[in-house]
Amino acid sequence: MEERVLTRNIGRPGSETLKAYRDSGGYTALSRALKEMSPEDVAERVTRSGLRGRGGAGFPTGKKWSFIPKGTGKQIYLCVNADESEPGTFKDRLLIEKDPHMVVEGTALAAYAIGCRRAYIYIRGEFVHGARVLEGALREARAAGFLGRDVLGSGVDIEIHVHRGAGAYICGEETALIESLEGKRGHPRLKPPFPAVVGLYGCPTVVNNVETLACVPHIIERGPEWFASLGPPNNGGTKLFSVSGHVSRPGVYEVRMGTPLRALLDEQCGGVAGGRRLKAVIPGGSSVPVLTADDIDVALDFESVAAKGSMLGSGGVIVMDERTCMVKAGAVVARFYAHESCGQCTPCREGTPWMERVLWRIERGEGQSGDLELLLSMCVNIFGRCLCPLGDAAAMPVRSYIQRFRDEFEYHIRERRCLAAGGFS
Amino acid sequence: MISDATRARINELFERYPDRRSAMIPLLLLLQEERGWLSPETMREAGEVLDLPPVRIYEVATFYTMLRTRPCGKYLLQVCRNLSCSLVGGEGVLRHIEKRLGIHDGQTTPDGCFTLMTVECLGSCGTGPVVQVNGDYHENLDVAKLDKLLDSLT
Ligand SMILES: Cc1cc2nc3c(=O)[nH]c(=O)nc-3n(C[C@H](O)[C@H](O)[C@H](O)COP(=O)(O)O)c2cc1C
Ligand code: SF4
Ligand code: FES
Repeated sequence: MEERVLTRNIGRPGSETLKAYRDSGGYTALSRALKEMSPEDVAERVTRSGLRGRGGAGFPTGKKWSFIPKGTGKQIYLCVNADESEPGTFKDRLLIEKDPHMVVEGTALAAYAIGCRRAYIYIRGEFVHGARVLEGALREARAAGFLGRDVLGSGVDIEIHVHRGAGAYICGEETALIESLEGKRGHPRLKPPFPAVVGLYGCPTVVNNVETLACVPHIIERGPEWFASLGPPNNGGTKLFSVSGHVSRPGVYEVRMGTPLRALLDEQCGGVAGGRRLKAVIPGGSSVPVLTADDIDVALDFESVAAKGSMLGSGGVIVMDERTCMVKAGAVVARFYAHESCGQCTPCREGTPWMERVLWRIERGEGQSGDLELLLSMCVNIFGRCLCPLGDAAAMPVRSYIQRFRDEFEYHIRERRCLAAGGFS
Repeated sequence: MISDATRARINELFERYPDRRSAMIPLLLLLQEERGWLSPETMREAGEVLDLPPVRIYEVATFYTMLRTRPCGKYLLQVCRNLSCSLVGGEGVLRHIEKRLGIHDGQTTPDGCFTLMTVECLGSCGTGPVVQVNGDYHENLDVAKLDKLLDSLT
């Protein structure tokens, strides 16, 4: 179950230094790739490894790279998504702060594979420390010849820059990230065209999550077959899960893809805190539908979680015990999306604050009969009718809270008080 | 006035991008760090540096929560109120700060020492409740730790 690939250096003193990284075999994958492999070879290995995007959508990484058109004469860009703003997610921060060279090496390998000479790591502005650590790692890597002009004598140029954001969840969405990197408001773009064709500065662009790219050196070093064998078919590798909420040992855990959620929670995280009973688990960050305690035998891979009506998402696991008020949980989540809507589309701009208001009204004991139907109809009117997936990300959880804990919502409206108590403190 | 030292840092930023407008956010963060907030005058200067009309600066400065178009206390306390933190005591942390400092979300103490802001997930959910004080994260907070923290800030 537990399998330390990405986290193998974490916990060692000085793990963020070039020396520590090289002592554990770091940068051998990059040297080998530049000497022995063509860019196509690297991409082909990543395709065969079954690596899928860790940013939320689970899109096959090798396939995404293959969409970059060849021979356009334009620059090709790579943006590393270090925005990490999906509530419940804190894994990329760990990699960035504790093993930044792994992120740098993965980025350099991806840049080589797609023909990019200049990559940007877009890191959320709040990660002041993380940005500093990354800058330090980039300086070390440049000085050692792993970045810059003519990397390791290969004739290939690869430069990587850190770019700080300034507080906006929406900038994690790939086209908003690109807009933000161009110095504008983070307003998502209409797709198509997709970033692979028209991205940063109108050029072909790949956007990949930090954890996705951190897998690449290991795939090159140990082979795609090994990586694929760590998980079920089409779900290669390990996955980092950020576990928070009512759990004995919250933290980041690295397990093989396909590990049962129950094993993660009970064996790794020590179960529900205080020996209480489990009520609900959000498996993939606050944007995904909630699971009930009955669902936790689910295997943590993209298809199995989807089969339970939720999503693996970013792997942000939020645990709620028996005392938690699901109406309030819904209201807190809805508040977030209302706050973060960029305002471009009417259903999202108007719908998310309205949803929030109705949920708080129910939570305060001022709900009215018909409120649940009202909320569900708002979800219908938002879902699939917006420019970017933030609208869906607001509608999906709210609908799931009502569907799976309907009794509790009805009790709140009827009795004007809460059935549960004490989950929030 | 933008100092020579700052100008040198800005020029370094420009080298990173094929289009200098990309330096917008890093530049605004830099100016804010030096001056505490982005006044209309600062935004005008930023526009000059970037060769953009002030409205382009203003629309960015008002979009991002970390960019401040109003003055701010010496210490900015950003309290996470998202789900994971709320489940493990975040609301109590917020209430305690409000009571102790006598200010609410968005307000500054009369002596200009503290500004309180509620924020959404800071990416530190496993070590909640979390409060970010200027650049630094303070994690696993409870009332006692919070008091100690506030005592140390004057
Ligand atoms: C509203 C919204 C927020 C997102 N936030 C993030 C984020 O913080 N980090 C991230 O890696 N991906 C985020 N994504 C997903 C990205 O759009 C994109 O799919 C991802 O970076 C692709 O990388 P991957 O293929 O390596 O997963 C977000 C998507 C949406 C719609
Ligand atoms: S769905 Fe919401 S966040 Fe996305 S573009 Fe529309 S208004 Fe903006
Ligand atoms: S919920 Fe508070 S840091 Fe994520």
